Amino acid sequence: MGEQMSERLEKGLAVLRAEMDYKVHSFFSSCVNCGVCAESCLFYTETNDPRYTPIYKTEPMRKLWKSEYSFWGRLASKLGMTKPLTEADLADWEELVYDGCSMCGRCSMVCPVGVDISMVIFKVKHALAVAGFSPEGLVETTQRAIDVGSPMGVTLKTVQAMIKHVEANTGLSVPMDVEGADYMALLSSNEIALYPEYLESLVKIFDHAGVSWTLSSQAFEATNSGLQIGNKKIAGQLVQRVVDGAEKLKVKTVISPECGHAYTALRWEGPNFIGKAYPFRVVHILELLDELRAQGRIKTTGMETDRLTFHDPCSIVRRGGVQAQPRNLLEPITENFVEMADHGSMNWCCGGGGGVSGNERAHDLKLTAFNKKKSQIEELKVDAVVTACSNCRMVMEDGLEANEMEIPLLGLTELIAEHLDEKRTS
Amino acid sequence: MIEYLIDGPLWYFSLAVFVIGVLWQLGSIVFAGRKGDLSVARGNATSSGFKNIFSRFIPHREIAPQIGVQVVAGYLFHLGLFALLFFAAPHVLFLEENLLGFGWTPMPHWAFIMASQAAFLGLIILWVRRMTNPVSRLISTLDDHIVAILTFVVMLTGCLALLEGFNALRLLHRFTVELWLIYFPFSALMHTFTFIPSRAFTGAWFGRRGIDA
Repeated sequence: MGEQMSERLEKGLAVLRAEMDYKVHSFFSSCVNCGVCAESCLFYTETNDPRYTPIYKTEPMRKLWKSEYSFWGRLASKLGMTKPLTEADLADWEELVYDGCSMCGRCSMVCPVGVDISMVIFKVKHALAVAGFSPEGLVETTQRAIDVGSPMGVTLKTVQAMIKHVEANTGLSVPMDVEGADYMALLSSNEIALYPEYLESLVKIFDHAGVSWTLSSQAFEATNSGLQIGNKKIAGQLVQRVVDGAEKLKVKTVISPECGHAYTALRWEGPNFIGKAYPFRVVHILELLDELRAQGRIKTTGMETDRLTFHDPCSIVRRGGVQAQPRNLLEPITENFVEMADHGSMNWCCGGGGGVSGNERAHDLKLTAFNKKKSQIEELKVDAVVTACSNCRMVMEDGLEANEMEIPLLGLTELIAEHLDEKRTS
Repeated sequence: MIEYLIDGPLWYFSLAVFVIGVLWQLGSIVFAGRKGDLSVARGNATSSGFKNIFSRFIPHREIAPQIGVQVVAGYLFHLGLFALLFFAAPHVLFLEENLLGFGWTPMPHWAFIMASQAAFLGLIILWVRRMTNPVSRLISTLDDHIVAILTFVVMLTGCLALLEGFNALRLLHRFTVELWLIYFPFSALMHTFTFIPSRAFTGAWFGRRGIDA
């Protein structure tokens, strides 16, 4: 048992050392432990527990950096005056990193010396994942993603059954495995299992705009459990499936669905995970819809009269850069739209990102963290909340239900589809 | 003998440790491992990195009310210390005679008093907060306290050294400065320099994704 444990520590240390790049050196040598990041983290603000201070979550990496890279740390290590990083440290930080961090990156926006704390937390998460210190729920979903291709066990048969329903509802056909199509659309597990209206909306919008598109029977799943658990190797395997599917169909562009981490995995981290640039472009569905709107290929009619607001999914907006597009799309179809107090790149997380929503152990903490979003929504007295991430939507639905708040959550793509000018539809 | 040591060999030694140490630390950042980003950039990383070096001097309005103490005390301390370091009359004279060969107009005595009060007030507030606030207490290290104490002592002896009639006080100040210089490269004091690459790297990361950080 001792040997096995020691092997786990070695694996974790190997990852931390490999991840100790120039940014980490500059970050740790500039951090003055001011604690400003605590105030940016909803896990701290909603619990008042100092352990949830973002920079504290990086402690395993910082401890290693100090003992192996800093002058005093190296001297103290040589003299036997410092405690090395232990398995117990890794085990202790598992809860903080997986349960108490949604990887929302708000801390990285506020650090006075510019530490990208979220990036370092991901490196720690990577080490914990490789060393085997991850929540059971996430380990299971990741294994399912490797074995079946989807964390929720969604198979091609499930997708085909959904396609039949969509085709029956819309009277339109859903293209599958069309070689040479301009766009290849992906779906997240949530969109297949919980929100099939997303695909229905895509079919309507693409028909309306005359978009050449397809689904892939080989690569329909966008959810990346490897990113959620923090294992770059697994994340790369899952990205590679999408790349293989897109290359096989020779598509020009791959569309990331309304799913924050899927967008991060595909658009920003994917090429680095697999070690090569893509031969195709990746866009988030909101980017594409906004492009089509700007080109005049999407015409909408009618306005939502309800008082609506938009929840910015962290991975799409703050860490993804898709901030103006949802506003551009909402503007022509809403007449009573209001922004949240801290909207845009400083908006608060729903509390369930970064794999927290898939981690049953974190359920209560996630609901506590949701209190921040709850107060934002209550303050606006809105009739409904629009968002563009199926995970945020699911987490907020849980949170609103737990708080007995009857406020509908709407997907932005669906909202656009509901307002299509049918005269324009081909 | 002590005067010779402090004004001579120890001064040059501390200066050498400071310069070599700072360069070594900055070099460890420059020469540490790096991998290129293979994703297609949306925005300009270079200009965002450069902008972020300056934009982070002002906190985001969304968080400013919650971190008012750190911001106000931080600015009092840093601006006060900067003014003392570069505009206190004895420092201007010292830099001119010993290092640069040229000088500039020092600040008047009343400004010196104000700057030193601001620096002391800021440092004391930050230090008391470090010891009393639960978050700061949890994340602070021995180094953070040594840095605070050492800087406080340097400032205190500096004020005492204004009584120029007492050479012993001037020597005491210079000795504490030398300790401060020797400790500098191996401590949190390095943030004086490393905040620049740190902000630039993060700004560039956000910038290539098209995000204004």
